[in-house]
Amino acid sequence: MLAVKRKVIEAALVIVFFLLETTIFSYLELASIKPNLLIILTAAFGFMQGKKEGMFVGVLSGFLLDISFGQYIGFYILLYTVIGYANGFFQKLYYDENIKLPLLLIGGSELVYGILVYFFQFMLQSDFHFLYYLGHVIIPEMLYTVIITLIVYQLILRINRKLVEEEKRSASRFV
Amino acid sequence: MKTRNQKGLESKYWLLIIVAACVVCMAATFFADVKSGPLRAIADYTVVPMQKGINVIGTWVNDVADNFATLKSVQKENETLKEQNENLKAENNQLQQKAVELERFYDLYKMDQNTSDYPKVGARVIANDGSNWFTSFTIDKGSEDGIREDMNVLSGNGLVGIVTEVNAHSSTVRSIIDEVNISAMVMTTFDQCIVSGDLKLINNGVVQFEQLANNENEVAVGEQIVTSNISSKYLQGLLIGYVSEVNVDSNNLTRSGYIIPAVDFKKLQEVLVITTTKQDLIDNGNQTESDSSGE
Repeated sequence: MLAVKRKVIEAALVIVFFLLETTIFSYLELASIKPNLLIILTAAFGFMQGKKEGMFVGVLSGFLLDISFGQYIGFYILLYTVIGYANGFFQKLYYDENIKLPLLLIGGSELVYGILVYFFQFMLQSDFHFLYYLGHVIIPEMLYTVIITLIVYQLILRINRKLVEEEKRSASRFV
Repeated sequence: MKTRNQKGLESKYWLLIIVAACVVCMAATFFADVKSGPLRAIADYTVVPMQKGINVIGTWVNDVADNFATLKSVQKENETLKEQNENLKAENNQLQQKAVELERFYDLYKMDQNTSDYPKVGARVIANDGSNWFTSFTIDKGSEDGIREDMNVLSGNGLVGIVTEVNAHSSTVRSIIDEVNISAMVMTTFDQCIVSGDLKLINNGVVQFEQLANNENEVAVGEQIVTSNISSKYLQGLLIGYVSEVNVDSNNLTRSGYIIPAVDFKKLQEVLVITTTKQDLIDNGNQTESDSSGE
């Protein structure tokens, strides 16, 4: 039952973040760059709850992006799933109070994401201005995302903490 | 390890399954040209209504804020506008008479296709692409409002892009920034050229044009570039933008340069969709031709 509740809450978070991203966040653009909320969410659940949860959030995020804007269905699902999975490897290093690791991981995920999008959607269409895109899209997007992470991450952390507490309580009841 | 196995599949197998499914889907959309229609329909009934809602609230808040700020200036403006209105009414009468004349001339020259004549539908931009890489966006009109694929989209008087995906209540528009090779021409001389948008260039506020014949026709800065009559998807004579720079290519045969778009792509809120597509015109043209030849 609690597992279902967790999934529902995660799905709701993905939808809310997606809606924010596509509507309100276009007003928060700085130098025509906006932060990537779905990466934050995917990476965060990856290192907080492990590979499976990371993948679950990644699939949902990618699915929403694909059905509303993807050129090829599956592209964003693949990208976000891999990011969620990869962040799952860092679950062992992660503990609640540490803010450095999440910032590092989310920044890293964002960087990898940017490079992969460039590689598959621009370089394969013979657009080779990598350094330009690195300096004008990938790095700014990463920095902006990391800054937004400072706020958004607290929210995700709190929601996750509540879920973990509930799960622990019900587990101890049965033992 | 044991407990994990009891929970079901291990995560790496899940990853493999998802990756395989994604690759198959991508291959299907890429090679077999499978339309993503059914999946988009899901978005049409789930997230699109929510996006519409957020936008309604957003514009309402904006309006309320604007109302307070501009009430006074609007009252002043209203008076001057009333005056202007009277003047314009008189002018309009004159012009209307001239328009009737002009129409007769058009009839004589069989030039009935003019930009302003295309039937248009207004639509609201409800969501933009969630990434910093592309400039496509969603509008709140779909097939039930008569929108079809390949319809041209305008904002103000400039070309914004083209409808690429249509759902029942929403459609996706790809802007000319993401578009390469739009067939265009210089408005005054009818010289053909090719316009391409580019993420790199649009940050400098321009799109580029190429392969303009290097002939005796001067192209001045500020010249209007419009879509050409030979474009297969864009209707003729839609304003793309104004020339900002012209250079003769090193081959001395062609010229290239930059265009400042007539549309501010950062601030799109309402757009106009032209409900005639180029294909319609071609089909109609063929029909009337075959009709007349049949007679």
